[in-house]
Amino acid sequence: MAQILVLVDHVDGAVKKVTTELLTLAASLGEPSAVLIGPGFDAAAGTLAEFGANTVYVIDPDGTAGSADFVVAPAAEALAQVVAEHSPAAVLVPATAEGREVAGRLAVKIGSGVITDAVAVVAADGALVATQSVFGGSTVVHSVVTVGVPVIAVRPNATPPKASDMPGPATRVDVPVTFSNSARLGRVTGRTAAARTGRPELSEASIVVSGGRGVGGPDGFSPVEELADVLGAAVGASRAATDAGWYPHQFQVGQTGKTVSPQLYIANGISGAIQHRAGMQTSKTIVVVNKDPEAPLFEIADFGVVGDLHTVLPQAVAEIRKRKG
Amino acid sequence: MNIVVCVKQVPDSWAEKKLQSGDSTLDRESADAVMNELDEYAVEEALRLQEANGGPESSPVTILTVGPAKAAETIRKALSMGADAGIHVVDDSLHGSDALATSLVLSKALGTTTWDLVIMGTESTDARMSVVPAMLAERLEVAQLTFAGKVDVEGTQIRVQRVTDTGYDTVEGALPAVVSVVEKINEPRYPSFKGIMAAKKKPVSTLTLADLGVDADKVGLGGSRSTVVDFASRPPKAAGTIVKDEGDGGLKLAEFLAANKFI
Repeated sequence: MAQILVLVDHVDGAVKKVTTELLTLAASLGEPSAVLIGPGFDAAAGTLAEFGANTVYVIDPDGTAGSADFVVAPAAEALAQVVAEHSPAAVLVPATAEGREVAGRLAVKIGSGVITDAVAVVAADGALVATQSVFGGSTVVHSVVTVGVPVIAVRPNATPPKASDMPGPATRVDVPVTFSNSARLGRVTGRTAAARTGRPELSEASIVVSGGRGVGGPDGFSPVEELADVLGAAVGASRAATDAGWYPHQFQVGQTGKTVSPQLYIANGISGAIQHRAGMQTSKTIVVVNKDPEAPLFEIADFGVVGDLHTVLPQAVAEIRKRKG
Repeated sequence: MNIVVCVKQVPDSWAEKKLQSGDSTLDRESADAVMNELDEYAVEEALRLQEANGGPESSPVTILTVGPAKAAETIRKALSMGADAGIHVVDDSLHGSDALATSLVLSKALGTTTWDLVIMGTESTDARMSVVPAMLAERLEVAQLTFAGKVDVEGTQIRVQRVTDTGYDTVEGALPAVVSVVEKINEPRYPSFKGIMAAKKKPVSTLTLADLGVDADKVGLGGSRSTVVDFASRPPKAAGTIVKDEGDGGLKLAEFLAANKFI
C-alpha cells in the first residue's frame, strides 16, 4: 500500500490535535508513517499508533543535531531525506505557518508540486485530489500535484480525527541526519510566550465568539469574552476592532487575519464586509448579533438578533448559565 | 546594506475574487489591482532600515516584482513611498506560474542585482500560501527570518521576532537573509506629493525570462507542478431566522443554541 508521510506537530512528544487529523487522513489514502523530529518519541508513540501510524521515522531524538535550534529548514531537510530513502506516495504537513514553510522548502528540494490549505484529500484515478476552499470559501477547487511526490499542507480542524480500527505498536525507524550548513542559518535564540488566555486556540476552536466595530471600545469586549467563556469558545475580532487597538491583532479573523471554520461562529457588532466574511463564512453555523438590521452578515446567518450586543449578550450568558445548572 | 523588497500586485482584498473558466487562473481584471497589503509593511520596514543605516546612499531600497505590465503601478507606489529603484520582470510566459516558478524567477532576478537583505510580506491576499519567502531562502541558501513582527539589523547581523501561536521566537542570522514581515509590524507611510513626483524619475528596469536565462517551459501554466482539476462557486448560504430584540434577544439566542445542541 502507498506510504503517506505525516509530519508530526508536537511539543516534546505531546502530539497536537492536527497530527491526529492528518494521520486519520493519511489512513484513508494509504499507510500512514509519522515523521517525528526532535525529542519525545516515548511520549508520542502511543498517540501516533492510536491514530494509525504503522511506522514512526525518528529524527534527532536527543536534539543534538539541532533540529529545534534552527528555523524550518532542518524539518524540510529531514523530510527530504525520508522521501529519498523511503519513496512515499505523498507528504502531509499541517497548514500552519511553520508547516507551510516546511512544505515550500521541501517542494523545492525534491522538485515536487505543493498544495496548501487542503480541506480534504481523496484518491481518484491513481492521483491524490486535494480540495481547497479559496477566496474566503466562495470557491471550492479540486487540484492535483502533477510532478514529483505531492506535498500537501492540510488545514487544521478540517478532518475529524478517528482512532484506527486496528492500532498496533508503531515500528520505530531511526533516521540519522546531519543538517547542512544552509539549514543552520536562522538560529532560534529565544522563545517568548505571550500571556495565556486559557481559551482554545482560534484556528482549532469548535466555537468562536467575535467582536467588531459595534463593540464600541476595548471594554466592549467583556460581554464577548463572557459569552466565549460560558461556551468554552475562542475569541475573535474583526479588522476594525484590531485596527482600533481594541483587541490584540493575533485574534483577527478575516482576509488578512486568520481563517476559521468552526462548528459555531457568533459575530457581534460585525457588519460583514468581505474582509471579515472571507475569514469565517465556511463556519457550519453562523449567529449574528447587530444593532443594524441591514448588516450584510445577516445574509449568511443561520440565526440573527437585531439588537445591541451590550444587552443581548449578558442576557444570553445569564440564560446559558441557568440552563447549564 | 542593499535592500530588495519583493512586492506583488493583487486584486483588492475588499473585492470578491474568482477563477477564470478558461484556464482556472485568478481573474485579475474584474477587481481593482493594488499592492498586496502585507507588502506595504515590507516596503515601510525597508525604508525604516534604510533610515537607520545611513540613508539611500549606503542602503538603497530596490523594489522587485514579477507580474504583468500593470504591476508597474505597484512599483511606482513603492517608489513614491521612498524606495529608490525598481526591477520589473514581465513576460507573457509567466501567466499561470505556481509558487515554485515564482520563487525561481525571483531568485534569478535577485541574481541581476547586489543585495544583502530581501524583505517581503508573509503571504499575498490572493493565493495566501505563505510559501514564497521560505522557497526563496531555500533557493538562495540564506537565512530564513520569516513571520517577523520586529526586525533589527546590526552590521551584518540580523535579529527578528518570529511570531508563533504562543508568542514569538527570537531568530538570528547573518546577512544575506530573507525576511518576511507580518501585518502591523509598523505603520506604512503615505506617499507625499513630493514622493509621488519624485517616483516618476526613479529608474525601473524591465526584464524578460530570456534576460534571466529561464526557460519558458519551467514557468507559467505549462511549467506548473500542480493543476486545477475543476472548481465551482459555493452557493452563498441562505439566511436563516432573524429576530428583533424586544427585551428577549439574549433569551432567544440561548434558545437557538440549546435547540442546536451547542449548550
